[in-house]
Amino acid sequence: MTLEVKNLQCIRGDRELFTDLSFQLEESQLMMLEGQNGSGKTTLLRSLCGLYLQDQGEILWNGISIKKQDEDYRRELLYLGHLNGIKADLTVLENLRFNATLAGKIPSTDKLMQALDTIGLYAFEDFPTSQLSQGQKRRVALARLLISKAKLWILDEPFVALDIAAVELLQSIIANHVDNGGMVILTTHQEVPLTSGKIKRLSLSEEQDNLPSSAK
Amino acid sequence: MNFYPLAGKLIPIFWLAAIVLTAIGLYWGFFKTADAMDNGMKEYYRIIYVHVASAWMAMWLYAVMVAWAMIGLIFNTRLSFMMASATAITGTIMTIIALVTGAIWGKTSWGTWWDWDPKLTTFLILLFVYIGYIALQSAIDDTRRSDKASALLALVGLAIVPVIYYAVNCPDPNQCASLHQESSLKRVESNILIGMLVTTLGFWMYSFATILMRARNIILERERNTSWVSKLNEVN
Amino acid sequence: MMSAFWVLLKRDLLLALRRRSEIFTVLFFFLIVISLFPLGVGSEDATLKKIAPGVVWIAALLASTLALDRLFANDYLDGTLEQLTLAPQSLSVMVFAKMIAHWLLTGLPLVLIAPLVGLFYHLPSNTIGVMMLVLLLGTPVLSMIGAIAAALTLGLRGGGVLVSLLVLPLYIPVLVYGAGAISASMVEGLSIQPYLLLLSAFMLLALIFSPWATAAALKISLE
Repeated sequence: MTLEVKNLQCIRGDRELFTDLSFQLEESQLMMLEGQNGSGKTTLLRSLCGLYLQDQGEILWNGISIKKQDEDYRRELLYLGHLNGIKADLTVLENLRFNATLAGKIPSTDKLMQALDTIGLYAFEDFPTSQLSQGQKRRVALARLLISKAKLWILDEPFVALDIAAVELLQSIIANHVDNGGMVILTTHQEVPLTSGKIKRLSLSEEQDNLPSSAK
Repeated sequence: MNFYPLAGKLIPIFWLAAIVLTAIGLYWGFFKTADAMDNGMKEYYRIIYVHVASAWMAMWLYAVMVAWAMIGLIFNTRLSFMMASATAITGTIMTIIALVTGAIWGKTSWGTWWDWDPKLTTFLILLFVYIGYIALQSAIDDTRRSDKASALLALVGLAIVPVIYYAVNCPDPNQCASLHQESSLKRVESNILIGMLVTTLGFWMYSFATILMRARNIILERERNTSWVSKLNEVN
Repeated sequence: MMSAFWVLLKRDLLLALRRRSEIFTVLFFFLIVISLFPLGVGSEDATLKKIAPGVVWIAALLASTLALDRLFANDYLDGTLEQLTLAPQSLSVMVFAKMIAHWLLTGLPLVLIAPLVGLFYHLPSNTIGVMMLVLLLGTPVLSMIGAIAAALTLGLRGGGVLVSLLVLPLYIPVLVYGAGAISASMVEGLSIQPYLLLLSAFMLLALIFSPWATAAALKISLE
């Protein structure tokens, strides 16, 4: 399986975030997306998900434009953005079960409990999520990674709000996914040590390109 | 951007045509058809030359706006969204003219400024729909989202406005089946109809001219940071 | 696909049950508007019977508009809406589940409280029956048309007022025939069947177009 990006261009307002961006990602590869604030990292990730329509260029999954395969592509995709995507009024377990069912799996409670155990939320399963700390909420969101069957993970700043132990845990979860032939694209300043596979790096415009054009 | 200079050349032509045609239409209406009316109507019926023309335009321009919006949504062309929003303003103005002239007509012929007559009511609602479109567009800062969201709203309006028209015209479905309202056009004498048509043509030209002017302004505003705009004479 | 539909419907109902007060705010808003009219217009028997059909529907329109705010806004703020659009299911189907949940929580209570309105306005019992029936047919249409506007105004400042501006004119057909049916039921010898047929037709049209249009609007708003 491959994700291929060809000559991608995204414009936000009157700022050209990036233009002529091309790369390819294969199985067992991890891509670190770098760039300062406002360089268009999040916009790039959102266009890879199909949430943001690029102004020019193509995004291909297995050689076919993602616009044409819609649900087939989304089945292979897991996106974790700045927002956790969990409901404050549901318990930890309910949240995880809902998210898993949405992704097309109806998981057993055992499997969900095991995932919560691994992510460090043992004995929290019946807590309303609203009572958890920021880091714990993030863990609820990250627990999706453990039960997901998606091939391509797109993670926007996944290490934010996590303590050292959780950072190490997430690093190993990501490394494990790459080990098993998965693909990961993430934005972070945190290194992810891999046990196998390959790390690619993509840097978004270090030059002056991303200033408003009136400033040129 | 070939549109900008082309529109600039066309605008004076449309203005000229608008003035000439409207003048001819109104002259015809005001001075050449008066004798034709001897069925009890008084002199004030002449406002229909403006009323009918603006009412037609108000409806037509909604269709034009939806057409641009659809083209924009299907082909994702920015210019069509700009044309749609430029059309909305002229359409709103036409609707207001139709309502005001309708009210004056109502005062003189029915003795009241406002009557909940189906046609006037429909135009009042059409005005609300236009205003909703403009309000949504101006509430969204991001131009991409505002273009597409208002275009979708225009489409939804296109689906619902005929239903509203039906509901307003026929609030009692027990009686509608038997009652066929004849188009008021058929009752109009051809002499008057010519005046109306020429005035409408003049209003079309006016609409073209103002829509193109607004579209040019929108382009300048949105592309103010590009090099081709900064080279324009009117900007420097 | 169906499992995601049911699970979303159940989730929205469960969330509402955990915040029960929100269901009652809409219901009490409806009741307050209903009881303001006799105070403002006068409470003679004939007046009440005359204004009741319009008042019920205008109150239902306003209550339904007020409730739209909750349809997508919370999901938008916590990121679950984003995850919904990325799920490998058709977004229209998911949106439909949310509409049904929304109607069950904000539309159905209005139908059930209708006999109380009949009591307030001295309506004959067959009229109360008709009122419940047309509310049952009409309020889902309000939820479905409203969903489009709620999706278009997602996350905008002053979204609540804007939603009313967009959506109230579009509610007019339901208002005209919904109120018309109630009035007709109070007149001897008038059939209410044409009204019911028209309202059913609106419901059918809304069922076909609204989930699709709302899904399209959500995608635009999430960009």
